[in-house]
Amino acid sequence: MTDLDFRLDYTSWGRVVRAPHHVLKPRFVDTVPRLTDSEGSFLPVGMRRSYGDSVINSCNHLIDMTGVDRFHSFDEETGILHCDAGVTLDAVLRFSVPRGWFLATTPGTRFVTLGGALANDVHGKNHHRAGTFGCSVRSFGLIRSDGPPQRVERGGPLFEATLGGLGLTGIITDVEIELVRVESAYLNIERIAYGNIREFFALAHESGDRFEHTVSWIDCANGGDALGRGIFQRANWCRDGRLIPHGTKSGAVMPFDMPVRLLNGTTVRLFNTFYNALQKRGPRVQETHYAPFFYPLDSIRDWNRMYGGAGLYQYQCVIPSINAEDAIEALIRRIARSGAGSFLAVLKTFGERQSGGCLSFPFEGATLALDFANRKAETLSLMAQLDQIVEDAGGRLYPAKDGRMSAGMFQQGYPDWMRLRELKDPTITSDFWQRVSYC
Amino acid sequence: MLKRNIIILGALSAIAEETARLYAAKGANLVLAGRNEERLNQLAADLKIRGAAQCDVVAMDLSHEELVASTFAEMTSALNGKADGVYLFYGLLGDQRQEEGDITAALRNINVNFTSAAAWCLAAANQLERQASGVLIAVSSVAGDRGRQSNYIYGAGKAGLTVLVQGIAHRLAPKGARAVVAKLGFVDTPMTAHIAKKGLLWAKPAAVAARLVAAAEKPSLPVVYVPGFWRVIMTIICIVPAKIFHKTKL
Repeated sequence: MTDLDFRLDYTSWGRVVRAPHHVLKPRFVDTVPRLTDSEGSFLPVGMRRSYGDSVINSCNHLIDMTGVDRFHSFDEETGILHCDAGVTLDAVLRFSVPRGWFLATTPGTRFVTLGGALANDVHGKNHHRAGTFGCSVRSFGLIRSDGPPQRVERGGPLFEATLGGLGLTGIITDVEIELVRVESAYLNIERIAYGNIREFFALAHESGDRFEHTVSWIDCANGGDALGRGIFQRANWCRDGRLIPHGTKSGAVMPFDMPVRLLNGTTVRLFNTFYNALQKRGPRVQETHYAPFFYPLDSIRDWNRMYGGAGLYQYQCVIPSINAEDAIEALIRRIARSGAGSFLAVLKTFGERQSGGCLSFPFEGATLALDFANRKAETLSLMAQLDQIVEDAGGRLYPAKDGRMSAGMFQQGYPDWMRLRELKDPTITSDFWQRVSYC
Repeated sequence: MLKRNIIILGALSAIAEETARLYAAKGANLVLAGRNEERLNQLAADLKIRGAAQCDVVAMDLSHEELVASTFAEMTSALNGKADGVYLFYGLLGDQRQEEGDITAALRNINVNFTSAAAWCLAAANQLERQASGVLIAVSSVAGDRGRQSNYIYGAGKAGLTVLVQGIAHRLAPKGARAVVAKLGFVDTPMTAHIAKKGLLWAKPAAVAARLVAAAEKPSLPVVYVPGFWRVIMTIICIVPAKIFHKTKL
């Protein structure tokens, strides 16, 4: 177990909040610090790919769990994998793909730990079929301040509070998940250009039953006739036996913070126009390895630096189906008008399957996710306006992405939040929780 | 890389574990030695899942030099009498200020870093010489290049280890076996966690492990710096005249 002084290099992916932390980095479960050993509060963290302040515990302890990263067991018959919480999805896939197994669902980066995937109940391009990551979790180990380490099985209140519970119910030590069989590491991907939001929903509706993976890129930068245009992608796994895992080499690196002046309405509009044209030019159906399909941004290390030294906010909401079309249109209209849109905005429909997590983000409807460079008041004011549209439509925001939503919006969006408050460990907290649990 | 028989001394260190994972992925037979049996068992379970054909653990205090010869023989026989690689990782950074006032603690530091390490290296050398194959990789430190007020006790032990393994490399060269001593700079591990300054000079354990395995599997000089830029830094540090050097706090 290691003991460091306060350090400033532990930030979240958005890098808006920079706070000093006292960082503890155990390598074994028996060296995880005792939560009762200190006056200050603790927060367990993984790869810190969350964008906002859910991985920040200003001026207190962080327990970096990435050093506790060992495999315990794998059953080749059932696909049940048991690993330490610090094992990354990257390591799981490198191990499982050659054996013909894949994660039941995966978020847009493989650089997250199993503990983090569980604590944020992450989702992926196959949500309409597979639900969230939590649907594939059988059990996990948890250390709380009030007793010995315990095994938490699916179904109980502690299981549901921990799923999407942002690490607040205790330190997740190990996770048992069910993998799914794949017969190839490649997918057949079909790209279809759409001209407006209505066309997007028609495509999503028509594709849900026939395609395991659906997602779309939407242009949030260009107004007028281009408003709401995008590229819909739908894919199924190939069955050709090519079980080749992704490579170990990291590709390009973003070596510096992009100067903020280069990030303006014009460049973002140009990028979106260019990207739209590029995507349209490619073949309509293409065989693609899972890495560029699921993890397009993982090939650029430190891509968050593209949004400048002040950091970025990500805004991801979900809108219930009945209001989705109107609300998404209102959102992108507002964003296009601001000129603050991001390089890549993602629009996807969620299915009805639920993991049971009290703070799980997805519900049946549509989700829109995009980045904003941090321009302080200007950006916060735009997001407050978007909040209004989301709230009026009965939607909510994703805690893993959020760094600024109000306590009122959180509590209204997550009526089950009180169940998490009851089971939260009293020694654990985060800046996010301090903000949104305010009554 | 072929399927290897590998002995890892000090297997619980962060760099050792990364090295073991590289071999496990290639289906190696491994023997892991370290102090904490429960943690060694966790490593062994992990390495088998990652592909190791066999992974035995030996839980012992490696600084007990009277056990070295017999234990090393047992480790080799667990690998059917042939070791393709013997890695020595363990070391003790120590607390120099405390050791200056407590000579027993200072000697303990030198015993761990040099005397006991020498026993293992000599046992390995005898085995590799008999086999006329295989490689010994010993982890040493740039701290052994020039005595500096901040860490000369640790540095002295590592300097001794460097010369010992360099000599073993010379001895084994005509026999078809090899030895390499790797002088490491700053590595971001639990051993150095209390040093808060992290920057360009700090290497990651996985990168260091990859470099060590390359030194074992490919032709290599008997003394290597990891990362390589430390050769330049240490050359400069060694040529600074004492008059100037003694004014620094290095």
